[in-house]
Amino acid sequence: MIRDKEMSQTAVEIPENSGVERFLSSKVRAIPPSGIRRFFDLVSNSKDKDIISLGVGEPDFVTPWRVRDAAVYSLEKGRTQYTANAGMPELRDAIAGYLNSQFQLDYDPAKEIVVTVGGSEGIDLALRALLEPGDEVLVPEPTYLPYGPITALTGGVPVGIETFAKDQFKLTAENLRAAITPRSKVLVLCYPSNPTGGIMTYEDMLPIAKLVREHDLIVITDEIYAELTYGSKHVSFASLPGMKDRTILVSGFSKAFAMTGWRMGYVCGHPDLISAMLKIHQYTIMCAPIMAQVAALESLSPTGLEEKDRMIESYNQRRRLVVQGFRQIGLPCHEPQGAFYAFPSIQSTGMSSEEFAQRLVLEAKVAAVPGHVFGKGGEGFLRCCYATSVSQLNEALERIGNFLNKIK
Amino acid sequence: MNQLKLSILDLLKEDARLSAATIATMLGSTEAEVAAAIDELERDHVIVKYAAVVNWSKVDDEKVTAMIEVECTPERGRGFESIAERIFLYPEVKSVYLMSGAYDLCVEIEGKNLKEVASFVSNKLATIDSVISTKTFFILKKYKQDGIIFEEFEDDGRLLVSP
Repeated sequence: MIRDKEMSQTAVEIPENSGVERFLSSKVRAIPPSGIRRFFDLVSNSKDKDIISLGVGEPDFVTPWRVRDAAVYSLEKGRTQYTANAGMPELRDAIAGYLNSQFQLDYDPAKEIVVTVGGSEGIDLALRALLEPGDEVLVPEPTYLPYGPITALTGGVPVGIETFAKDQFKLTAENLRAAITPRSKVLVLCYPSNPTGGIMTYEDMLPIAKLVREHDLIVITDEIYAELTYGSKHVSFASLPGMKDRTILVSGFSKAFAMTGWRMGYVCGHPDLISAMLKIHQYTIMCAPIMAQVAALESLSPTGLEEKDRMIESYNQRRRLVVQGFRQIGLPCHEPQGAFYAFPSIQSTGMSSEEFAQRLVLEAKVAAVPGHVFGKGGEGFLRCCYATSVSQLNEALERIGNFLNKIK
Repeated sequence: MNQLKLSILDLLKEDARLSAATIATMLGSTEAEVAAAIDELERDHVIVKYAAVVNWSKVDDEKVTAMIEVECTPERGRGFESIAERIFLYPEVKSVYLMSGAYDLCVEIEGKNLKEVASFVSNKLATIDSVISTKTFFILKKYKQDGIIFEEFEDDGRLLVSP
């Protein structure tokens, strides 16, 4: 009875019109709502089954059966325990071997690799391990979204660097230099790029590496789309002379291995950086789920790698189809050399990308993400994911073409 | 065979209705080159036919299919060729394979009903001189044929928009 009375007294003290938001951290409150989320709501609420979505950010393949089967088998065998904080040693060995054969990187699986819950956790670990309040994080834009908000949560300051279609959305030394201040600490590179499909070659990165050294920056390189590089071989920033110790490599299995829902990623870097990130990881996550780790290990087997190559070839075929398709219907589209996105310009229509994307959903039943949600330089473009069937792509291109004719 | 032809075959095997122009774009080639390669593949009978893969269980007049293991005596000088031909010329016969192991020919037969298949086996197949024995196995359900899984048309499980 007494307890009831106390509770009712407490309740009386709360002003009735005050929401629980007052409990929230000011840093979280300061994060603006995501533009992509708003667009997602618009598309989902329309409930139109006939919409073709080019708005996705994941493969259209399901995870290859041999990989799923490996996870099922491990569950049947009762492998449901924690693993080592940094991930199963055999998976870290396999990751190290894969990075070495694929990208000529040399990471010690015992000290330089942590298996994370998706590349997303890797980005969080890296930024949290590095940043002090006020530190500036340089992010080439348009870009995948989380770098800015996570930076803000740590008290750091995200600094967007606009990149341009005329440069194929590469980060140029000139633009980077202009953005560097004495507070600059971290440079984020996300190439091949979501949303532009732009890549950075060895020659493109050399002058960037020079500036990184001159200004004593550290680089977080998000190479989740590394395998999806077409017509050339992906070069990892960490493989540039002198850059390994200045680089935290974030990658994972989501895109190339069609494993988005498993949430399997990893971070690699200097042992001192990795052990700092491992501290955060062990207190927040403990370890990545064992069944997903078993699946990831299978995907790195020789036959798993063959399945990956088959999927990449299929994206490349559809990439050519969609880029030519956009150009034919009159939307200029730079040649995306990586990821699975085309980023055509809709500037000729005179509409904002938000208006264009909204009308495209409602009037032409094609969903694509308006470029402005990806930050500076995204306005006037549309992110179109071509990881969907050839027949759907052709139908989508036809609908967009008809829509363009209608609004002329 | 060159890489272009192999890539064309891979694409056509999945979708025989792709146009030469689409294939050319997908492979980074020209329409003329692709059309010429397809012509050659057709002329050389590498591409034998463009046929639809049908799930007959969805069609009202359902068919009965049986696999028949046929043991037979090869002919001097011709091996199994002429006997295989005598069998495959029947329109009821959908496929004929020469096998290693316990029997010689694997014959797939399609008929309107059980009786029709049984009568074909007893009247036409088993009566061929060099046929020693036949074992008939009726197919109850087809799950996958020529790499294509039947009844696997689940919705795309992906969110319509994701970052």
